[in-house]
Amino acid sequence: MATAAPHAHDHGHDDAHPEESWVIKYLWSTDHKIIGLQYLFTGMAMAIIGGYFAYAFRMQLAFPGESVPTYGVVSPAQYNAMVTNHGTIMIFWVAMPVLIAAFGNFLIPLMLGCDDMVFPRINRLSYQIFLLSALVLIASFFVPGGGFGGAWTSYPPLSSEAGYSLTPLGSTIWLLAVALEFVAFLLGGINFITTTMNSRAPGMKYTDIPMVVWMIVLASIIFMASVGPLIAGAIMLLFDQNLGTHFFDPTAGGDPLLWQHLFWFFGHPEVYVVLLPAMGIVAEIITTFARKKLFGYKTVLYTAIATGILSFFVWAHHQFVAGIDPRMANLFTATTVLISIPIAEMCFVYIGTLYGGSIRFTTPMLWALAFIFEFLIGGVTGIFLGASGSDIYFHDTYFVLAHFHYTFFPIAIIGTFAALTYWFPKMFGRHLNESLGKIHFWGTVIPFNMIFIPLFILGVGGQHRRIYSYEHFPELFQPWQQDLRVMATVSLLVMLVFQALFLMNFFYSIFKGKKASKNPYNANTLEWLADSPPAHGNFLHLAEMPVVHRGPYEFNHPDRDEDYWPQWLPPEGVSAAPPADPEPAADPEPADESADQDADQDSDQDSDEESAS
Amino acid sequence: MFELLDLKQGSSYAGDIDQLILMITIITGVWFLLTAGMFFWLLFRFRAKKDESGQYVTGDEPQLKRWVTWPHMLILLCDIAVIVMAVNVWYTVKQDLPEADATIRIIAQQWAWTFVHPGPDGELDTPDDIRTVDRLYLQEGITYHYKLSSVDVLHDFSVPIFRLKQDAVPGREITGWFKPTVQGEYGIQCAEMCGIGHGIMGARLILQSASDHEFWIQSNSPTPVAQVTGQ
Amino acid sequence: MMGKPIATTRTVMGVSTGKLAVWWLIVSEIVIFGGLLASYVMHRIGHPEWAASAAHTDVRIGGLNTMVLLTSSLMAVLAHAAAGRGDGPLAAKRLAVTIGFAVMFLCVKAYEWTTEISHGYTITASGFWQFYYVAAGIHAAHIIAGAIIMGFVMMQARRNHELGRVELIGLYWHFVDLVWIFLFPLLYIAK
Ligand code: HEA
Ligand code: HEA
Ligand code: CUA
Ligand SMILES: [Cu+2]
Repeated sequence: MATAAPHAHDHGHDDAHPEESWVIKYLWSTDHKIIGLQYLFTGMAMAIIGGYFAYAFRMQLAFPGESVPTYGVVSPAQYNAMVTNHGTIMIFWVAMPVLIAAFGNFLIPLMLGCDDMVFPRINRLSYQIFLLSALVLIASFFVPGGGFGGAWTSYPPLSSEAGYSLTPLGSTIWLLAVALEFVAFLLGGINFITTTMNSRAPGMKYTDIPMVVWMIVLASIIFMASVGPLIAGAIMLLFDQNLGTHFFDPTAGGDPLLWQHLFWFFGHPEVYVVLLPAMGIVAEIITTFARKKLFGYKTVLYTAIATGILSFFVWAHHQFVAGIDPRMANLFTATTVLISIPIAEMCFVYIGTLYGGSIRFTTPMLWALAFIFEFLIGGVTGIFLGASGSDIYFHDTYFVLAHFHYTFFPIAIIGTFAALTYWFPKMFGRHLNESLGKIHFWGTVIPFNMIFIPLFILGVGGQHRRIYSYEHFPELFQPWQQDLRVMATVSLLVMLVFQALFLMNFFYSIFKGKKASKNPYNANTLEWLADSPPAHGNFLHLAEMPVVHRGPYEFNHPDRDEDYWPQWLPPEGVSAAPPADPEPAADPEPADESADQDADQDSDQDSDEESAS
Repeated sequence: MFELLDLKQGSSYAGDIDQLILMITIITGVWFLLTAGMFFWLLFRFRAKKDESGQYVTGDEPQLKRWVTWPHMLILLCDIAVIVMAVNVWYTVKQDLPEADATIRIIAQQWAWTFVHPGPDGELDTPDDIRTVDRLYLQEGITYHYKLSSVDVLHDFSVPIFRLKQDAVPGREITGWFKPTVQGEYGIQCAEMCGIGHGIMGARLILQSASDHEFWIQSNSPTPVAQVTGQ
Repeated sequence: MMGKPIATTRTVMGVSTGKLAVWWLIVSEIVIFGGLLASYVMHRIGHPEWAASAAHTDVRIGGLNTMVLLTSSLMAVLAHAAAGRGDGPLAAKRLAVTIGFAVMFLCVKAYEWTTEISHGYTITASGFWQFYYVAAGIHAAHIIAGAIIMGFVMMQARRNHELGRVELIGLYWHFVDLVWIFLFPLLYIAK
């Protein structure tokens, strides 16, 4: 392509570009990869805030009334505010920005073989609005009256009347931040969807699209189709708070349940909005490290679509005992329990992918496998809640809490670590330290189970949510229960220590890690054709933009000697001597390019040996 | 499993709910164990080995596809079983309202419970009603209707030993039922976020024998006091 | 920074990227208005007494504004036709007329709301009025935003730049118009 030529050489080595000012390059960039990294780092910073809140309120639960190191004594109002904002942050400022926006931005253009998103400036705007929303949220902790404490679900009348919540400014600013975040994601979503629809590399059929791209796009569509009513609801709530309307105020003809419907009509699809990208990430990783084709590409796709559609008809399972017509519960029990079918099928396909594989237990693979296992626990416990009869008992207990941490934690934390360790070489051009990575893995997954299994038990024992101290409930303040609480908190402390290890590994490796080749895992998808890290424009410096010849998971294909078959290699390479170079055969590039490829090959073998051990 | 956790079955339907929970535990537990077992076995069996490379399997081969389609059908069956059992229990607890022996009123507010018991006449909303705060006195073995309301925000009337939960919604009066089957003193919780005091909004449930309860009514009813002063 | 990325110029679906994006934008807007109107309809059914409030809306003014918007949509179509023939200046003129109608719509609305508020029908007056102001208000915000964007498109079209955008803003404009077609009967006619 003609446009490629002028870019042939000036983006080769990214690090040394003093003439592009740092601000332009990293803060005002329209490059999808930089925007992806911006989302990633913002999400990580928010994860630390959300994790810190978890630390502070879990300390309070284990040692009620005692001063928490680095925080102080936790008052009931502060407890509520921290729980509320922990939930809000983890979902809206960690799970979504990292899984969808960070990896969506980074991966979609690369995997589709184009040079950027279709609307780079809208993309930048989306991040800027997102950043603003994060700052607005943080500001809400410091206003007079303190941060909002009415739970992340923000049910009115508590959230709509300052007289009830006692946080007049906190509630409004919290709501504004959430609304801004929605706008950022609508803009981002339009970009993801249109880019994937219109800008695929030539030859890429819809069954050639890597699963993670499909999943992020489906997630964006589900988000877009479900968030609208809540945006309308947020405007009504904002007016109730500040203009004296009574949309949700029963004393003046309003209805508090209206908010619940609007919220959960979005809130339930939202859980699949974060689930699907994580599922996509896992699909990429298990195929690569099992050296296996995905077991039924179309099955995964259809089950994801089925999940998405069904997710719009289950919302009232959060409201079984909320005062809705009890007959409605029967309907929603049926839809809710049936959603286990597509999700189970998706899990089975992933497990089936392992069949006949040649599985290498690298760090990303460990994370991906842990995701499947832990998510199964979260999924099956959802059935206890979907069954209306048992939800009468479990509703708003720690059983629910443990259920959704067993889904969210695998998604937002385990899934993120899977993606981060897998694409790290592509993002930063260097490798993370494998052994530290494995230590971090076990140091996260084992404590994770030790936090939430005790909470499951407490939940079955009747412990209810959002309580700053159980001393006012004698049945819930027995020694064995307090012991379990301490156990959960201590496990959290252990986990946090290992996160510090991760952060060290992460930042050290960005600058000092072992250099990565273009395709360190011998994977097939197009991002591995680009440099590590890819220059601005991704493939523009190649002689041609990539063309796709086959599906993304052609590992161990019988027609080929090597165990992988990249999407970009033309079919002529089949019978010819093993095509060492990942570039198209007709590549007229100069010598330094092929030297690069040699290096590729060497380190490819290295990494193979490494992972086999 | 609830016995281990010091949690009695205190209402006529607590056993139904526990039964349902047990059934779901078995169904999903079996599935979980099978799935996880298969998962770990595959991980072990197909770990990378020097002499064995991976196979090319698309997932469309009929003899392999069975491994996904059969479970699909079986899960559908299990789902239907779960739905039927769940709806059954739900109907008993929430939809079907058996004839009441007595009716009480429960009023939630930030952050206390007010209970209105029918006085000696057995009728609610008469002058001899007994109002208490944060203590609910009930008689074992008879069927109660409750009328639940809230004066400010959402609360939730939760009685773990009854396995009962019901939100209190301002502007509505929600009627439900229960039938205590044990005696003793137990906890009542507010299980819906209701503001700063949500963490202290508990109450005590005192389940009495018929004679004890009769005695309590007699000694707490406002009417006898009025009669005493009248004489 | 460079010009348009290659990604933007690809059209795998055979539809221009801009048009796809506008359609998705419209989808996201449909659910916003859908949620709002569904809430309103449910409440309206549950509160027959709102009809008393609704009786005070002015069907003639609402009808006038309906005509204004329909005409503006027609002008947007004509602008698109002009742009399709490559006649940017004419398209710009027609867009200017469309904007003129948008301003007229807003003036009528301002007059209408002032009258109503001065009669005491404020946003807090009743359940009906709060939905009335919120729904019509969000719609009016879309009119304002649409008119501003149309201004930019018009400036470009005058210099024969980006004529494709004339169609895109037209699509959006028809959508905003269509929302009003739902609002008008729900807020004005249903008494
Ligand atoms: C990403 C997160 C995520 C995911 C994926 C899920 C998945 C599911 N959730 Fe969960 N849920 C939450 C996040 C999530 N949830 C959150 C955050 C809340 C609380 C919100 C709050 O109140 O603050 C919540 C609350 C919640 C409730 C309300 C509880 C209450 O408040 O009373 C219910 C009730 O139905 C429910 C059900 C389900 C079901 C049926 C699934 C299903 O999708 C699970 C399907 C998967 C499987 C079933 C596993 C695989 C299948 C097999 C191994 C086969 C065997 C299975 C059978 C035979 C059935 N969830
Ligand atoms: C994605 C969602 C998510 C995640 C990951 C978590 C993570 C954790 N949660 Fe959270 N939680 C919620 C969502 C989440 N939570 C929600 C929605 C609620 C309900 C709120 C409400 O009721 O309103 C809730 C409520 C909640 C409660 C209930 C409080 C109450 O009801 O009184 C508790 C109690 O123990 C708890 C504990 C924890 C703990 C110990 C972790 C730990 O796993 C946290 C560990 C910390 C980290 C993992 C961060 C550090 C990591 C890094 C620095 C690495 C870099 C990060 C990236 C690369 C992303 N959570
Ligand atoms: Cu009342 Cu919580
Ligand atoms: Cu849900």
